[in-house]
Amino acid sequence: MIRRQRLAAGVGALLAALTAGLACPAGAVADETEQAAPKVELVLDVSGSMRARDIDGGTRMAAAKQAFNEVLDATPEEVQLGIRTLGANYRGNDRKEGCKDTELLYPVGPLNRTDAKTAVATLAPTGWTPIGPALLKAADDLDGGSGTRRIVLISDGEDTCQPLDPCEVAREIAAKGIGLTIDTLGLVPDAKTRDQLSCIADATGGTYTDVRHKDELSDRVGQLVERAADPVVTPVATEGADRCEKAPALTSGLYTDRVEFGQQRWYKVDVKPGQELRASVSVADDRAVNPNYGVLLRAVTVHGREIVRGEAAGTGRTDVISTGLRYPKRDSDDDEAPAETVCLQVTSSFSAAAGVKTTPGLPLELTVDVVDGPSGHHDVAAFGLGRGWWLLGLLVLIGFLAGLLWGWLSRWRVAVWRTN
Amino acid sequence: MRITRALGAALLALGLAAGPAAADSSPSPGASADGDAPTQAGTSFRTATEIEQGQRATASGSTGDYLYWSFPADTGQRPTVKATVKLPATHGAETWQLDVYDGLRRRQACQYGAQTRTAAQGAASVELACVMRTVRGWSEPWADDPLPGTYYVRLTVVDLGAADLGQPVRAEVRVDAKDIGGAEAVDGSLGKPLVPGIAAKSARDEDGSKDAVLSSFGQDDGWSSGWWSDRWVWTGIGGVLAALAGIGGYALTRGSGRPSRVPPNV
Repeated sequence: MIRRQRLAAGVGALLAALTAGLACPAGAVADETEQAAPKVELVLDVSGSMRARDIDGGTRMAAAKQAFNEVLDATPEEVQLGIRTLGANYRGNDRKEGCKDTELLYPVGPLNRTDAKTAVATLAPTGWTPIGPALLKAADDLDGGSGTRRIVLISDGEDTCQPLDPCEVAREIAAKGIGLTIDTLGLVPDAKTRDQLSCIADATGGTYTDVRHKDELSDRVGQLVERAADPVVTPVATEGADRCEKAPALTSGLYTDRVEFGQQRWYKVDVKPGQELRASVSVADDRAVNPNYGVLLRAVTVHGREIVRGEAAGTGRTDVISTGLRYPKRDSDDDEAPAETVCLQVTSSFSAAAGVKTTPGLPLELTVDVVDGPSGHHDVAAFGLGRGWWLLGLLVLIGFLAGLLWGWLSRWRVAVWRTN
Repeated sequence: MRITRALGAALLALGLAAGPAAADSSPSPGASADGDAPTQAGTSFRTATEIEQGQRATASGSTGDYLYWSFPADTGQRPTVKATVKLPATHGAETWQLDVYDGLRRRQACQYGAQTRTAAQGAASVELACVMRTVRGWSEPWADDPLPGTYYVRLTVVDLGAADLGQPVRAEVRVDAKDIGGAEAVDGSLGKPLVPGIAAKSARDEDGSKDAVLSSFGQDDGWSSGWWSDRWVWTGIGGVLAALAGIGGYALTRGSGRPSRVPPNV
């Protein structure tokens, strides 16, 4: 009886310990996911032009509302969604006032579908199209956390609040290095709107879509929200120097930087004997550039000798130009052999098209992997192995001759032994 | 004598049976069912959608998007990437291009296949293909030969009229590989396959946490280890055949039955 009680107590204690053990890490994990939750903000143009009835017979606003309802239903659980409007409130003609008209309709956070839908239902097409200010505010809304950040901008007209060019705004936002992507959708756009929206998308590595039908709109917005939910490695911002001595020391990982036109960037990596350095770099063109370009990545010793280089050149429309290199450092007999500092130099030959601002620099992405090199030699031929029909023939011939010889020898020996 | 002959025949049979089987089973990290093929594509190297060889991945996007997929390829394989783009009903002439990059984001050459193709005005679809070079086990660091690891596929329109930007398109991509085997084999191997972020990944595996990775094709997911090559089969069969030939040669010198000169009762 006592034994049984003890057993029960033991089991109880064990269970308690297990639950405690399970509960603690679970809490920690939940906290972590909160930090890394993907954030999406839908920015909707509610300017007067949204009244136009040209999307499948309905108004643009009706199409947007329907799309929002569908997207809100399909939003993955982990995505924190916010909605911002532009031009929803101010009816007047004062440009200055109209260009301030942007409102956070539904704050970024865990999604309450009913609340969000109610908020969307109240919208009525009203005012101006302050895209630039709305983007700036939206970027602030998404601040904090380490997850992916996405702005989905839905608009039917170009920005009416110059001189603040929304394209420049987008580039400035991207240059903050917070890994924010802006995807744009144009509702029945004219050429100017299309240019502006695709420029905004290009500036941040986003996509531009032209929408003429209701289902296209909801499909695309849904797809973009879902895309935000995919876990992606967040790069670490770094700043390369103009020469090796001052360069930041990097370890294995993914880094971003900005490189200005005609500028070189230096980084350094420590490679121990027997290790292999792998580095790849891509430079994105986030603005209009001339159609011929290239990138060069060099691995250089601290004394300036080039070890190996990767180079790439291209022409025509592109999002990035990339190259990479590999440097296996020979294994050393001396266990105490020091690590070698390898300098990485990045230069790109992008040139800005006429009339395009050159600051901030182009986004640069650098991956560094320091892995173990091959241990020993895996050279299968070094085992004395061969291949091919000639090898088979030769082996058969040698085998046959050996057998023949052995046979004759043994016969001869038997004969000699017989005669003696 | 009979025993050795039987043994020899058995060995040969074993060698012949094991040879091609072993050569074929050179692990390919691909080859899976079509059922759960990805239905979207990434938009950068970092977000590329991972597909397996033999899978037909689809994606919907807009003209002007850069669509990225990634797939694993192992030593001795010659991957062929095929892409079909279904274009919108009305459009002007536009040029589509398929680019393949290796794990170091170096552009890989296509041996043949229409890598760039211009769809005429109003064409319903455009088909692109790229037959890569055979993936080698090892190459000099100064060469850009294809090495085992991750490969990226980028599909995009490179030339289009301004009015065609942002139109809905559907893309379909499929990667198949032909096993070239020893015919193009080189000796040597890499310490780790060219999978981006593999150094960070192995560090992370140790502390057990799970996180986003640049490329999830791991180092233990059946990459050929480098010591295997079909030379083992060739040399093994050669050895067996040599032994059999030896037995044959020996048997020839003995003739059939007892030599006539040897007197009986010995």
